[in-house]
Amino acid sequence: MGRIKVNDEVQEVSLPMTLAELMTVNKVLQPDMLSIQLNGEFVEKESYAATTVKEGDEVDFLYFMGGGL
Amino acid sequence: MDFTAEQVERYSRHILLQDVGVEGQERINKGKVLVIGAGGLGSPVLLYLAAAGVGTIGIIDGDEVDLSNLQRQVIHSTPTIGMPKVLSAKETMNRLNPDVCVVTYHELFTVGNAFDIIKEYDFVIDGTDSFPVKFLINDACVMAKKPFSHGGILRFDGQTLTYLPGTACYRCVFHGPPPSNAVPTCSQAGVLGAIAGMLGTIQAAEALKFLTGTGELLTNRLLTFNAKTMNFRTVKLKHNANCPVCGEHPAIAELVEAEQAVCELKKKS
Ligand SMILES: [Zn+2]
Repeated sequence: MGRIKVNDEVQEVSLPMTLAELMTVNKVLQPDMLSIQLNGEFVEKESYAATTVKEGDEVDFLYFMGGGL
Repeated sequence: MDFTAEQVERYSRHILLQDVGVEGQERINKGKVLVIGAGGLGSPVLLYLAAAGVGTIGIIDGDEVDLSNLQRQVIHSTPTIGMPKVLSAKETMNRLNPDVCVVTYHELFTVGNAFDIIKEYDFVIDGTDSFPVKFLINDACVMAKKPFSHGGILRFDGQTLTYLPGTACYRCVFHGPPPSNAVPTCSQAGVLGAIAGMLGTIQAAEALKFLTGTGELLTNRLLTFNAKTMNFRTVKLKHNANCPVCGEHPAIAELVEAEQAVCELKKKS
């Protein structure tokens, strides 16, 4: 197990873990509606399955929000 | 600019502010802001900009006021149902503050008119509900080096960022519109009406901060909030070297026509 931060909140997860797995753990229903920053750097969608998260990493899940009208 | 006694009184609460003062209020009165969309976000933005005395306020929107809009689009009212939103909004703004010159464009924001319209303004506010138009606004503003405020709301959530030339743009965060079948808009997913006010007033504050040169804008940051928990979070953003429009090797060299999403609920009515 290890500690990481997802959207500023501490999560205990079994490491190593890929970003794709982290999305599943966080029940992201629509991966298409998401953009991910790992330690302040954007990760390309194609790399989610190949990018692993380490102890102390900070992950931001940023969601598309389309409303306005 | 010499203020009349009436203007000094009208803007006294701004003039009293140390960071604004007479000089800042003059900048507001000379300012030109374009608001794209006179809906949920556009309503509070337009009301506060008009109240603040922004000299020229442009509104572009191709829609008419609909009964289902009135749960959150507070610049319109029951008697203006059926009227073009730009005219309904203009009426309310003229009543609120006759100092303000309101310019209306009863049309959609498109590749064809984007540059011609934004070049008339100092600051642009995105108050649309369509992803393709949000990207069009971003691309046009990045290419024309025009400061703008992005805003989005959905259900109980809102997010906003401010762009100045050189800072992270909307495409730095989201490379392109999500597939249209994955996209819930307000009309499909619903939205708590007051969220539009919460986010729109933040966007209006950013425009006024920009005009007066006050404080720190929401640049290189994405503000997101959830009204169920009332948690507000500012995510630091870095300019993205792989950004398709402002990155090192931009793939987007000219504007691409936005497919205007047709709302499911609207089709029925
Ligand atoms: Zn960018």
